[in-house]
Amino acid sequence: MAAANSLSLTSAFLPRHGFHGPSHNQNVQLSTQKDALEPHMSSRTFEFHWGKHHRAYVDNLNKQIDGTELDGKTLEDIILITYNKGSPLPAFNNAAQAWNHQFFWESMKPNGGGEPSGKLLELINRDFGSYDTFVKEFKAAAATQFGSGWAWLAYKPEDKKLALVKTPNAENPLVLGYTALLTIDVWEHAYYLDFQNRRPDYISIFMEKLVSWEAVSSRLKTATA
Amino acid sequence: MALRNLMTKKPFAGILTFRQQLRCVQTFSLPDLSYDYGALEPAISGEIMQLHHQKHHQTYITNYNNALQQLHDAINKGDSPTVAKLQGAIKFNGGGHINHSVFWKNLAPTREGGGEPPKGSLGSAIDTNFGSLEAVIQKMNAEGAALQGSGWVWLGLDKELKRLVIETTANQDPLVIKGPNLVPLLGIDVWEHAYYLQYKNVKPDYLKNIWKVINWKYAAEVYEKECP
Repeated sequence: MAAANSLSLTSAFLPRHGFHGPSHNQNVQLSTQKDALEPHMSSRTFEFHWGKHHRAYVDNLNKQIDGTELDGKTLEDIILITYNKGSPLPAFNNAAQAWNHQFFWESMKPNGGGEPSGKLLELINRDFGSYDTFVKEFKAAAATQFGSGWAWLAYKPEDKKLALVKTPNAENPLVLGYTALLTIDVWEHAYYLDFQNRRPDYISIFMEKLVSWEAVSSRLKTATA
Repeated sequence: MALRNLMTKKPFAGILTFRQQLRCVQTFSLPDLSYDYGALEPAISGEIMQLHHQKHHQTYITNYNNALQQLHDAINKGDSPTVAKLQGAIKFNGGGHINHSVFWKNLAPTREGGGEPPKGSLGSAIDTNFGSLEAVIQKMNAEGAALQGSGWVWLGLDKELKRLVIETTANQDPLVIKGPNLVPLLGIDVWEHAYYLQYKNVKPDYLKNIWKVINWKYAAEVYEKECP
């Protein structure tokens, strides 16, 4: 996501052009491989979640910022400006959701899951006690974010620690000054076609089969560079 | 003498105290629908109605009962941190139970009056407060569509001011959160679980179609009770 600074909003985030981003991203051409994450996340879910929900956030944001002083700014800047210290301006919802969804797709990969390693595992052990404890707490955060929202693993630059954050609706840890490392979307549209009300099952599958620890490690590396 | 003592002594006094300590927290249970799951089709699918009632509403009730029991225990122990911590779970899950209990009564199959416009005093009040029923529907649909995240859109009665209001609440906040004198006449669930399997991302279509199964008779009953 960091390299997106140099791209204009319209080219970087129009889903029909695929995703542009830093080279560490996995090679999932999400615009053409809606079944890439099957059977754990169905192509049907993808068709709607990426093709309708995410696309709408991007299209609506572009309409909102067109011709305004937000036009031409990076998406991260737009988010921070429109967050407006907790009294969000109209474009915040679309901007943050556009960012959140891109970040979410890039947090997953086909044949994902497994366990983290290296520096990331070191910090997880240091800040959570163990990987198992981290998983338990991440799953609990995702399961107990009431209503719509997201659960995050984030890095706090101030005290150089990892943190679990859960946010409602469109909010994300950027507005707290944290660096996001991993997210799971727990809006119902993210899992309802595949899991209906069974959010805990969705969360488990995400952890076991979808999460890209390479992406998370890469983000940590950028954050601690 | 011994007999008189026995007669004047409060019977079972020890057991009363014991019973007070054991006083159970009232538990809530899932109300039945007065129509079959498939009876609201094609406006709302039977699949959604069954999941919505048997899974979502039931889960709110289960969690609400658990939270109330924990609250009861915490109060008895004087455990204030736990009492404070439980407020969120009580509001979420209690609100979920309240809201869905109203919602099932807000719906009716078309052959049982679903979709029939309100007559009588509620019909007049709608015209007085909003101009027309179409205006109410339009406003509720607009507010429901614009609601970000999860929540409800309500037609309510301010029972003090005797005025109708249209309000939204977030998550499972009951209408009373928006004003202590507000009574819900009609609520529309705009959580994604209420429509996603059928309407996917097209919330406006759900909002357009639900009016075909709205049970105005119930709304009118509530209104007439508060404004006789």
